[in-house]
Amino acid sequence: MTDSGRSAAVVIGKDGLAALVEVLVERGRTVIGPTARDGAIVLAELASAEQLPYGWGVELEAGHYRLRPREDGMAFAHSAGPQSWKTYLHPQRVRQWSAERGPGGEVTLRADSDPAPSYAFLGVRPCDLRAIAIQDRVLTGGTYADPAYRDRRDGAFLVVVECTDPGATCFCVSMGTGPGVGEGDDEGYDLALTEVLDDAGHRFWARAGSAEGAEVLALLPRQQGLGTVAAEATATAARESVTAAAGRMGRSMPPVSLQRLMAGSLDAKRWDDVAARCLTCGNCTMACPTCFCTTTEDVTDLTGDHAERWSTWDSCFDLDFSHLHGGPVRESARSRYRQWLTHKLGTWHDQFGSSGCVGCGRCIVWCPVGIDITEEAAALHAETWSMLESPEGGARP
Amino acid sequence: MTTPVPYEVVRWESETADTATVALRPAGAALPSFRPGQFAMLYAFGVGEIPVSVSGISRADQGLVHTIRAVGAVSGALYGLRPGTSVGVRGPFGTDWDLPAARGHDLLIVAGGIGLAPLRPVVVDALAEPDRYGRVNVLVGSRTPDELLYRAEIGHWSTATAAHVAVTVDRPDDRWTGEVGVVTALLHRARFRPHGTVAFVCGPEPMIRATARDLVHRGVPAQRIRVSLERNMRCATGHCGHCQLGPLLVCRDGPVLGWDRAEPLLATREL
Ligand SMILES: Cc1cc2nc3c(=O)[nH]c(=O)nc-3n(C[C@H](O)[C@H](O)[C@H](O)COP(=O)(O)OP(=O)(O)OC[C@H]3O[C@@H](n4cnc5c(N)ncnc54)[C@H](O)[C@@H]3O)c2cc1C
Ligand code: SF4
Ligand code: SF4
Repeated sequence: MTDSGRSAAVVIGKDGLAALVEVLVERGRTVIGPTARDGAIVLAELASAEQLPYGWGVELEAGHYRLRPREDGMAFAHSAGPQSWKTYLHPQRVRQWSAERGPGGEVTLRADSDPAPSYAFLGVRPCDLRAIAIQDRVLTGGTYADPAYRDRRDGAFLVVVECTDPGATCFCVSMGTGPGVGEGDDEGYDLALTEVLDDAGHRFWARAGSAEGAEVLALLPRQQGLGTVAAEATATAARESVTAAAGRMGRSMPPVSLQRLMAGSLDAKRWDDVAARCLTCGNCTMACPTCFCTTTEDVTDLTGDHAERWSTWDSCFDLDFSHLHGGPVRESARSRYRQWLTHKLGTWHDQFGSSGCVGCGRCIVWCPVGIDITEEAAALHAETWSMLESPEGGARP
Repeated sequence: MTTPVPYEVVRWESETADTATVALRPAGAALPSFRPGQFAMLYAFGVGEIPVSVSGISRADQGLVHTIRAVGAVSGALYGLRPGTSVGVRGPFGTDWDLPAARGHDLLIVAGGIGLAPLRPVVVDALAEPDRYGRVNVLVGSRTPDELLYRAEIGHWSTATAAHVAVTVDRPDDRWTGEVGVVTALLHRARFRPHGTVAFVCGPEPMIRATARDLVHRGVPAQRIRVSLERNMRCATGHCGHCQLGPLLVCRDGPVLGWDRAEPLLATREL
């Protein structure tokens, strides 16, 4: 397959989407995608494309999520739901190793050897594609790679769907992570789709970003052939609707270096203000697609001679998170919220070379008291700014 | 997370009422060699895994020595291991003291409590090649005389080597005839040229802070004051997030780092 063949764009219809799920299933993949269930758009295993949330949109606000029927029947006109792909790539609970103790007290240790599932993710939003890339850097980009994550990730086939209808809590434009994706082989997706619905019908502009993506794309029924005038018109309509979506972001971050803002805000008064509202429940960390922290759990069976070590999601909002003999390092809610925000927007750059936030808005939606990361960043910016402006604050840097 | 490698406990020596030094030897293949200041994750079967510095490195038989203070579930289980039993070991992790870079300098090794454990291999290596360094100072602080680690060995350093060795306790007992007070009080009698000194400091955080500030005040450049920090660690491979200290992951960027980097971070409360 040539490079030009890979990036070649075609247009598929709803039947093409149905065929895509079938092809992926036939290739032995577990297809995961969005579906409307229990009043939310959740990620679940899909047996057919009919389970996609055709005709469902979402209404989002701080601390508020509601499913809303759409008359247009669009499948991907909804933004981030309660879960993210980390549910599958970096699951909540993973066995790290098993250990056996022999009669002489000798210990044998075995790495967990469950084979990684072969996933296909259908409907990855551009922000979430970047979130996966961030977790890749954290979990496999350093001196040590997390082998279980690497196996699941290496085996995953990603179908991105660009965003044409951002939610009120979205701010991917501020973070440079959406609402569209680029074209070519290094974008990190296997297939990219853009949903188009206009007088010419309901269809998907599709292009491949990998050899396997091109192989799969070639197997799908085409509504509009390669290079035809109709296909070009669909591509143009798709690009236009993504550009329009960029102009309809519900939220934005202050247009400054957030890394510098965080580094300069450690003593801000705003932390006390947010600490008075924050319940330290950790919902934001569970919902966030990049939050990766884990703790460990050791279990033994009844004989006491078989032991296992598991890792489970953890939250920096938990008091035990920074536990040292003698007490936690971060005891106050203030210091724990500050750790979360300054890590996300600031020190993540120092540690892993990028921001830890992709602007998906999940933390805003799923915070029970509606704490809004963009509002907190703006307040810190206003406070730092006013301090720099004030006579005692000294000169602006 | 990589899987631990089994090591056998070959020696167990009591240091204090709650602290023991254990020598480990690989049961099969050995881990890559450790450098002083680095740490291992020690796994007590079925109980858990904790970070523990190497307090001795036996290069001849690829053995590791650890000094463990029983303060909780895992450290208690490791403390209770006796010769013949095995532990799981992962490592080596983290930055080291980098003694070779101190060549030609006076050495100031300042320890508080269990903080002497990760510094012991520095003292041993420095005393093994005294010509490489200027004056070697070992200053040790302990809460009580009974809590002093490596008593015989400290005696040996003091009498049989050219090192300046001083020990102080916070709370003396009836038999104690030595110094009383905080470890920084020993600095004025140590022999070092501030501008030509490398300091190695480990102990409780307040002790590290007090010592490093005193040394800066005396003219030792902050980047030549090396301190070893402690944070909660679950994985030691930079993936669990627990050991963050501002921009640092202590398991990766530490535990040993220059005071020039550590000072602003430790100055922020609850960072
Ligand atoms: C780099 C490094 C080197 C260390 N070297 C030594 C050493 O040479 N000798 C020694 O006795 N101790 C050392 N410690 C401290 C030792 O790891 C803790 O005492 C131990 O983790 C306590 O665990 P526990 O289960 O016994 O206690 P608990 O209080 O029951 O702890 C519960 C959990 O919290 C975490 N935790 C608690 N206290 C600490 C702590 N101080 N540091 C890190 N995690 C903690 C552990 O993961 C532990 O599983 C070192 C710590 C670090 C970070
Ligand atoms: S911090 Fe909030 S907006 Fe940013 S990636 Fe995480 S959940 Fe999404
Ligand atoms: S910010 Fe909101 S979601 Fe996060 S811990 Fe606080 S109350 Fe919970």
